[in-house]
Amino acid sequence: MTQMEEKKKPSKLQMYAKMFASTFTLSMFTFGGGFVIVPLMKKKFVDELHWIDEEEMLDMVAIAQSSPGAIAVNGSIIIGYRLLGVPGALVNIVATVLPPLIILTIISYFYAAFRSSPIVSAVMRGMQAAVAAVILDVVWNMLKGLVKEKNVVKYFLLVAAFIASVYFKVNILIIIVVCGAIGTVDYMTREKKAKEGEEQK
Amino acid sequence: MNIFIQLFLSFFQIGLFSIGGGYAAMPLIQSQVVEIHQWLTMTQFADIITIAEMTPGPIAINSATFVGTHIAGLPGAIIATIGCVAPSCIIVLSLAYVYTKYKNLSLMKGILSGLRPVVIALIASAGLSICKLAFFKEGAAGFGLEFLDPQNLIFFAAAFFILRKWEPSPIKVMVGVGVISALLSFI
Repeated sequence: MTQMEEKKKPSKLQMYAKMFASTFTLSMFTFGGGFVIVPLMKKKFVDELHWIDEEEMLDMVAIAQSSPGAIAVNGSIIIGYRLLGVPGALVNIVATVLPPLIILTIISYFYAAFRSSPIVSAVMRGMQAAVAAVILDVVWNMLKGLVKEKNVVKYFLLVAAFIASVYFKVNILIIIVVCGAIGTVDYMTREKKAKEGEEQK
Repeated sequence: MNIFIQLFLSFFQIGLFSIGGGYAAMPLIQSQVVEIHQWLTMTQFADIITIAEMTPGPIAINSATFVGTHIAGLPGAIIATIGCVAPSCIIVLSLAYVYTKYKNLSLMKGILSGLRPVVIALIASAGLSICKLAFFKEGAAGFGLEFLDPQNLIFFAAAFFILRKWEPSPIKVMVGVGVISALLSFI
């Protein structure tokens, strides 16, 4: 009997409830941001619920990663949209941001009271050093990926953006727009050359 | 300008320009929140990055809530968070629409690939600000050698070595260093 019920297609309301609960739980218990939560979303919606097929999911991940903003938020928008249209996307955003919103609101209220305590202060002070190490580790890994590409334009953009930001304090949005435009033109020209090369063969 | 409009616009820009996920939002948050609007001090900014590392959810959403609460209570947190996700919402839905029609994301892929070196440079730049804060004594008058904080330099070197060598979860390393730092403060 229960099996029969499970096999029946869920009603819209049931789908909203299930989607909200799934996304909320994933967001609540996933540390480490988008690169961790997206594979877990795939596991939930593709492997467990069978609401989305595998290939479609790959396309959705590509869209989530190509859009600006947090990947976890982008992923839940596109899954919500695919399952239940624009209202689905909005419901899924709420499910994603609610856990961090609640947790951080509570922390923010305590933060003001606790930050002046010598113990909390010592903990935060030590953690500054650890966070600096974590960021350096992230940059190191990203640089390793970039060096493999062996692209002179990219090396130039890396150095130029760093100098502009650190020494000349150029507005960060200007750096992103200008360097992003150069990088995009470089990518398009290389793509075009690669295509022409193929055609000549 | 109304504080809610300012919060919304700031976090809208953070959401719109943090391309590449994860840490890409960090330099933008620093620029908007610490440098332009001076809603947080550099120490508070480092604290929020630390807290964001240890709590679930994206750094940008965590910061939006923290800054919003700090400036204008719970309504501020909600407005900042909405500002932060609004660009994602518009762009993801448009891309989804275009993608189902043309099955092609080459322009977005191009922009993403072109921005990668820039994103790395900007994360490194924000990381450098946090290094400065961590390496020099609190309230130091300058960046001379005499102001260096030897305990934090050792913490940094040890944490970096451990992260490279054993690749543990960053949370474990941060909690470990935090606990040791608290214990040492009693001595």
